[in-house]
Amino acid sequence: MNVHINGKLESLPTDCSISTLIEQMALEGKRIAVELNLDIVPKSEHLQTQLKEGDIVEIVHAIGGG
Amino acid sequence: MTDSKITIAGVEYDSRLLVGTGKYKDMSETADAIVASGAEIVTFAVRRTNLGQNADEPSLLDVISPEKYTLLPNTAACYTADDAIRTCRLARELLDGHDLVKLEVLGDEKTLFPNVVETLKAAETLINDGFKVMVYTSDDPIIAKQLADMGCVAVMPLAAPIGSGLGIRNPHNIRMILEDATVPIIVDAGVGTASDAAIVMELGCDGVLMNTAIAAAQKPVLMASAMKKAVEAGREAFCAGRMPRKMYASASSPIDGTFF
Repeated sequence: MNVHINGKLESLPTDCSISTLIEQMALEGKRIAVELNLDIVPKSEHLQTQLKEGDIVEIVHAIGGG
Repeated sequence: MTDSKITIAGVEYDSRLLVGTGKYKDMSETADAIVASGAEIVTFAVRRTNLGQNADEPSLLDVISPEKYTLLPNTAACYTADDAIRTCRLARELLDGHDLVKLEVLGDEKTLFPNVVETLKAAETLINDGFKVMVYTSDDPIIAKQLADMGCVAVMPLAAPIGSGLGIRNPHNIRMILEDATVPIIVDAGVGTASDAAIVMELGCDGVLMNTAIAAAQKPVLMASAMKKAVEAGREAFCAGRMPRKMYASASSPIDGTFF
């Protein structure tokens, strides 16, 4: 299935959860936040939140800024 | 008048200097400058994970740990209320529920002046959503008052355009904002060097937030230390109350007892 991740269309296996995606992106254990179709997905829900065709995912972190 | 600490959203701080984390050479310089500045509130940006991450560097939140500093996520680069609100919600999730944010909704890329219409909209939604909003705004006293009345925990007028280093362009407006202030007034943007920071504090502002003035100095860590002293000196001068200005001289040595 195709999912938009941080502005890029990526091909993912079906049955992919937010947790699986985070592992694949080597972001496990990092301080990040996830938004799915404009809604926040709390950390506690990463494991059970399944992605589906056409989803729009944003994964963000903190960077330098003023 | 004796000095007291600055209180923002019910928390007391010793330092009246708030700093950003952008434009530094690397994380080590960022960390050293923050320490030298003595700042307790540190602002940062929220971006996609595929941007701004150098694999061999520690992440920003390792350098400015939430245990040590009050973290202030900002909405830099947001041009609409909706984008700013999304950014704040992501930041709150990123910081495990920490709800203090620096709201800035920009008008255009050339001036980076705030879009006050969108800023007011975003502030209202965020406050209703439980955020504690420190808000970047223009130096318009009417808007500053509206933002304070609506429940922003600090109002942060610009002194000059962001990153310009032009100093305090309109001290009169800042003074008018201060006259009616019911929340801390923190100048955000425009400071270029230490004397600018001192002037901000001498005007009676509660604090000053800066990034480029430190990060773009030839020696950022030394400038961070200079800013710390300038903010303290300016604040003490404000509390001390300056002498009145006079047109003509007034001798400091007595005339009585002269022998010539």
